[in-house]
Amino acid sequence: MSQPYRLPRGGRIDRGAPLQFTFDGRTIHGYQGDTLASALLANGAALIGRSFKYHRPRGIVAAGAEDPNAFVQLGRGARAAPNRLATVTPAAHGMQVRSVNAWPSLDYDVMSLLGLAAPFIPAGFYYKTLMWPRRLWPLYERVLRRAAGLGRAPSGPDPDRYDYVHARCDVLVVGAGPAGLAAARAAARRGARVILADEQPQPGGSLLASAERVDGVPGHAWAAAAAADLAASPRVTVLPDTTVFGLYQSNLALMVERRREQPGDAAGTERGARTWRVTPRRIVLASGAHERPLLCANNDLPGVMLASATAAYLHRYAAAPGSRAVFFTTNDTAYRAALDLAEAGVPVAAIADVRADPDGRLPAEARARGIQVLAAAAVRRVLGRRRVAAVELCSLDGSPRGVVECDLLGLAGGFAPALHLHAQAGGRTDWDPALAAFVPRRSNGVHPAGGAAGALGTAAALRQGAQAGASAAAAAGFTADAAPAPPGGGPELPSAQDAPDLGFQPYWVPPNALGRVKPQFVDLHEDVTLDDLRLTLREGFEAVEHVKRYTTLGMGPDQGKLANPLATGVLAELQGLHPAAVGAPRYRPAYTPVALGALAGRSVGALSDPLRATPMQAWHQAAGARFESVGQWRRPLAYPQRGETVHDAAARECLAVRRRVGLLDSSTLGKIEVNGPDAGEFLERVYVNTWKRLPPGRCRYGLMLGEDGMILDDGVTARLDERRYLTFTSTSGAAEVLAWLERWLQTEWPELRVYLTSVSEHWACLALAGPRSRETLAAAGTDIALDRQAFPHMTFRAGRVAGVRARVFRISFSGELSYEINVPADQALHVWETLLECGRPFGIAPYGTEAMHVLRAEKGYVIVGQETDGSVTPLDVGLRRMLSRRKDFLGKRSLSRPALLRADRKQLVGLRSDDPAQVVPEGAPLVDAPSRRRPLPMRGHVTSSYHSPALGRAIALALVSGGRASLGERLYAAAPDDRWIPVRSCLPIFYDPTGARLHV
Amino acid sequence: MLQIPCPWCGPREDAEFDFGGEADIQRPADPDALDDAAWADYLFMRVNRRGVQREQWVHTAGCRRWFVVERDTVTNEILQASTMGRRP
Repeated sequence: MSQPYRLPRGGRIDRGAPLQFTFDGRTIHGYQGDTLASALLANGAALIGRSFKYHRPRGIVAAGAEDPNAFVQLGRGARAAPNRLATVTPAAHGMQVRSVNAWPSLDYDVMSLLGLAAPFIPAGFYYKTLMWPRRLWPLYERVLRRAAGLGRAPSGPDPDRYDYVHARCDVLVVGAGPAGLAAARAAARRGARVILADEQPQPGGSLLASAERVDGVPGHAWAAAAAADLAASPRVTVLPDTTVFGLYQSNLALMVERRREQPGDAAGTERGARTWRVTPRRIVLASGAHERPLLCANNDLPGVMLASATAAYLHRYAAAPGSRAVFFTTNDTAYRAALDLAEAGVPVAAIADVRADPDGRLPAEARARGIQVLAAAAVRRVLGRRRVAAVELCSLDGSPRGVVECDLLGLAGGFAPALHLHAQAGGRTDWDPALAAFVPRRSNGVHPAGGAAGALGTAAALRQGAQAGASAAAAAGFTADAAPAPPGGGPELPSAQDAPDLGFQPYWVPPNALGRVKPQFVDLHEDVTLDDLRLTLREGFEAVEHVKRYTTLGMGPDQGKLANPLATGVLAELQGLHPAAVGAPRYRPAYTPVALGALAGRSVGALSDPLRATPMQAWHQAAGARFESVGQWRRPLAYPQRGETVHDAAARECLAVRRRVGLLDSSTLGKIEVNGPDAGEFLERVYVNTWKRLPPGRCRYGLMLGEDGMILDDGVTARLDERRYLTFTSTSGAAEVLAWLERWLQTEWPELRVYLTSVSEHWACLALAGPRSRETLAAAGTDIALDRQAFPHMTFRAGRVAGVRARVFRISFSGELSYEINVPADQALHVWETLLECGRPFGIAPYGTEAMHVLRAEKGYVIVGQETDGSVTPLDVGLRRMLSRRKDFLGKRSLSRPALLRADRKQLVGLRSDDPAQVVPEGAPLVDAPSRRRPLPMRGHVTSSYHSPALGRAIALALVSGGRASLGERLYAAAPDDRWIPVRSCLPIFYDPTGARLHV
Repeated sequence: MLQIPCPWCGPREDAEFDFGGEADIQRPADPDALDDAAWADYLFMRVNRRGVQREQWVHTAGCRRWFVVERDTVTNEILQASTMGRRP
């Protein structure tokens, strides 16, 4: 198979398990253990994508999550996954991988002509150029979005399954490199419950990418054994393939565990992921460090790579990232990579070292090996079209040192701790001058260790990890003596090599002597150049957070992992400031892109919101009801019969109630039992009207206000007995009202002996309404005397209905003779069916919420939330007579505030349109006279509007400024299609104004 | 996320709670005795302290009890949680 850059031996790949996938249609060969990036490199594919803004050719820069270029698109159709990072995505047989940002193809990209226009696309381009003329913005946006595409969204709902795991532990260790493994061991040995999460499929971190030995065995073998020992302990959970992507206050860690391919999985099989929500007592942050790139012209060409990444591809994947290398370095670490590369047979043409006198052990070794080392030198410019062809070297004083042919340039700008999670959680940082980077300050929750703490080298990482693990365990309450049985063999501190002293010398902005060769990219993903930063500072955006927002530096899906640490130094040098004074832009979750499906978990489709059902739900369904959503309920809107529209059905149902009898499922009403010796006193305080003198067996309509005087809820309350009341609330207000009442009881009036119990679900409610409801109820069988004298309006009786224990309330929301029959929920369906059966001779019809709304509007009954919106008082809706003068109640004092007494407040009125057939749209604005003038002063708006079948005309309710004082006035309602509908205001009651039908 | 120590149920995630604003505001015993300005002050004006603040929370998805939390609004550190009724 053609893998020209695959080394003949070595690597953590399984050469016995070859695999193939396609990249832009081209077949790529690899092995189990490869990432997409390592397989592409082994196949010699340097060009992997086009850049975001200029569509410049881009290649693989890093060997981990910090890569700014290697975003690819996986799969097709509903399984399409944009924004996958090739450097951390394991290669699998049969995968379909596509590059992004390239059109029509990666090699010949039309948009790369934008590169020629680069001088015209400066920093802040979006803000400067495309804002005018404003009406063209939708066009700009469409073009920009296509040009700046970051892959394509899936074409359908995600077919994969995602789930959430909620877990607690004593110590969460982030990263299973040497520091993380040592920390997990130390913590587990002290008895702490440990979760060890690592984004890689195998433990080891940096050990996977080097030839180092730990405890006398190869580093990766030691790591695998250590992780296996840990996993065998019942106290430890080892999670490979798991990225901790967010860290929040109170140590909440969010992590996504990718589903590992299972034996027998077909290509394109279900993938999915688990999202872990963990709240550990302590966190050991062993997330490692990222190498910093260096600035030189064309530092974005494919073939320019982090020095550490060249070694990683070599050791871990046996993939040579090039065939002839040059290194550009600020410290000794690049020499290790150069020596390893040379050892593997990749010639190293030169090492340009910015230091005047690189004289450590490694530089000496490199010289001894015959590698040309140039001191006080830099790479001035990279040459090549679609990948590196040569580099132009010069001394720091500007004198040329020749052009060296190569196809690989390794950059070694020093290391910056990966403190993203620490920063997300609001952790503080300190400037470490030796590293020239921010290191996390240890805080209450987070114990940094290893590379994440600024320690370089395996020995230091192991040492710090063991310390951090012990201290985290101790802080969580676990000391050495507490746990005698240590999981994991071997000494607590394995032996390993110490890293050579870095000998780091900062190199941020290339000296002026090198000339201002362009372009030099600071942020490869967002195409932010050194010149962009200069311009941004000139334009006055100096604070690092301003620079970030103006240039979009660090705002790509890579979160500026490479760009931000570099930008801090660059901005400091350009402004003559100390880097600590510049700071770093705040990192935000997620550390790496997370699939939306993983965040949603199971909360999709039917599970996204619970559905509440009344005992009659299945009956409604079978009867062909059309439903409407009311909170989490689905209430029947109407029951259309063959050939009927919803509107027809509602009209028929209205007439059935007015002329005969109808049955409504109103089980969704909130029901609260107010119980206790002080129940009456409590109700007096929270309702505008009086309750203590209401005799048992009677009902009263009540109105509840907020302390600001605005209507909060309404409903009937019945006095069940001396110390027990039953309060009905609106369907949507049930939870809110209970919470409101509880709050006053608990916080303000704890002395009241009152208990509140929600019984909404226990009692189903069947509203039997219409002139023949009495006969229907009698036919269904009841021991309650139903005649007018024995059971008058606004009373309630307990008894049996259709053989079932029932509370029957003679209350009405339709204006007709009506019985609201409350029965235990589990027997409600029987009662419902019996009533319908027994009502058949009387012409009974089940009716839905649409008819209910029309019927109550004919009577002018308000619906809280429809006629009211939180700014409507009882005075506004004409309910002044309900307000008790003899007692205080919540909101009473507010009703005498001057603003609530103004004559021009919006008040409830009825509306009749001149044309009785013309139903005005709900929500329509009302004006005194039609006009083209804008803005046109509004008198009010329509709150409810229907065709009334009983009256044969359109009716509406409206809130109109000063409306009560000028009933009968002419107004115009605005219809959406620029029509004005003439209407006349009236008292908000259209049907049976004297209420005679209620008292039959 | 904030962990809130409910005095009845112990520490729980903030998603289980609802915030009730400034604590220790007492409803006037005789609202009619207050002029409009004093009533408006009771009704609308709330402190938003930088530092330790006493505030009401309710364990909505738990015991449904209201209680008082002392929280540092800068660091979000919760210094104390106590049942209702103990005024400072």
